[in-house]
Amino acid sequence: MPPCGSALWRTGDSERDILRKEPIVATTEAKDLSREFLRRVHELPQGKKIDECIQCGTCSASCPTSAAMEYGPREIIAALRAGMLDRVLRSNTVWLCASCYSCTVRCPAKIPFTDVMYELKRLGIKYGIYPKRTTNAVMSEAFAEVVDAHGRNAEPKLIRKYYLRTNPFKIFGQLGLTMRLIARGRLDFLPHTIKGIEGLRKMVAAAEENGSQ
Amino acid sequence: MNTTTNTAFSYFPGCSVQGTNKAYGISTQKVAKVLGLELVELDDWNCCGATAYMSIHEKHSFILCARNLALAEKEGRDLVTVCNGCYLVLRKTSKYMAEDAKLRVDIQKALAAGGMEYNGHVQVRHFLDVVVRDVGEERVRESVTKPLAGLKVAPYYGCQIGRPFAEIDDAEDPQMMDRLTEWIGAEPVEFPLKAKCCGGMMMTTQSEIGQELSGKILRNAKRAGADCIITACPLCQLNLEGYQDAAGAAVGADCDIPVLYFTQLLGVAQGLSPKDLALADSLTPVEAVLAEKVRS
Repeated sequence: MPPCGSALWRTGDSERDILRKEPIVATTEAKDLSREFLRRVHELPQGKKIDECIQCGTCSASCPTSAAMEYGPREIIAALRAGMLDRVLRSNTVWLCASCYSCTVRCPAKIPFTDVMYELKRLGIKYGIYPKRTTNAVMSEAFAEVVDAHGRNAEPKLIRKYYLRTNPFKIFGQLGLTMRLIARGRLDFLPHTIKGIEGLRKMVAAAEENGSQ
Repeated sequence: MNTTTNTAFSYFPGCSVQGTNKAYGISTQKVAKVLGLELVELDDWNCCGATAYMSIHEKHSFILCARNLALAEKEGRDLVTVCNGCYLVLRKTSKYMAEDAKLRVDIQKALAAGGMEYNGHVQVRHFLDVVVRDVGEERVRESVTKPLAGLKVAPYYGCQIGRPFAEIDDAEDPQMMDRLTEWIGAEPVEFPLKAKCCGGMMMTTQSEIGQELSGKILRNAKRAGADCIITACPLCQLNLEGYQDAAGAAVGADCDIPVLYFTQLLGVAQGLSPKDLALADSLTPVEAVLAEKVRS
């Protein structure tokens, strides 16, 4: 078994290896991105707490996946303060957050860091800044599309969309489990659409007009 | 709405329980009936959005949840769910709407565009919490007809039942299922990874990470001497029961162990039949371990 954070957990060129060859200077664009991000985080409930980070690293030590992240949670706040958030978004980091909230409950400064991670994911989606190998982003987008279409998730449709956009051949790796689930009547192939789907769409459209993010 | 005396709830199954985790829904309804609880499926409920939708669009995600809260308010009952993911995002929405005036106004406007309203009168509950805190020790013990003496159980809570709000149980060392396990005559084992992350969605998207996280949990349960694991979340259940070979390979240990929903184990102790509890839906040898370990 590879130790956590070993090369086997990381695929492709490490963002860090590339960055080491570049001068460490925050560009104007990157600074703007960091500023926009901070403004959005400040709007989250308890979001202003982010200013009180003391760089203790409790978040990174508590995170079950930080070993595989190119930038751990503590480093993300350091990067934000240095105006280099774009590097974090281009790395594999934010989409490795499983939303377990361990960092949030342990942070001595009471920073809701899981919500900060969500905001980073949304910022990356907004500007299309996430590495191609970030399959979690693809899965989340596919999930949102299925829910927008039906008002509920439909697992077979979601999985089909996901593998078509990532690596269609990998779906064969799921065949064993799929067959076992089918044998037990645990897969429904026809999506269920809620009766109130039109009303739900009106609600979402109204929020858009209202300038939501 | 008063939660301490309620016996009737609007029930939010969630998409997983409608699909790959039907046995959780089936067993929940059966044990609820034995405990004198009425779970009425929320009419035309929609997906809560889960972590995935929250990652794409926050406000849409709050609207998805608020529509369900509005439906429950109209039905005049509190909302019970059996899924940790649904529980947290529904609770987060109700909490943030209560605490953030701007968000509340925005969401209310959106709901109104679809002809609905929500005024903050619904409590979001996890079914485990209803069983342990509302029904309570005395009545759960009374409902037991076949105590599960001899069975060692590793109660696996996952993340989003206790974190981040820790409103119904401890964030790091939750106890509800441990207590329930004792009430039905079985023995909860010391299980340090009981609230560590199973990997969630990453079991599909980053399988090497998902398999290692789930593998550590399964290995920990086995080393603690457990005969089986019980869960309170459909995604945790599927991750722990569906990938045991790969998880075992990832952590270099034997990870074969039966995994049940807590409602199934409670139902067995209440004398409900394997069919009532859909035990045959399990991917692990649940019935065999019960037959072997429970002293009758």
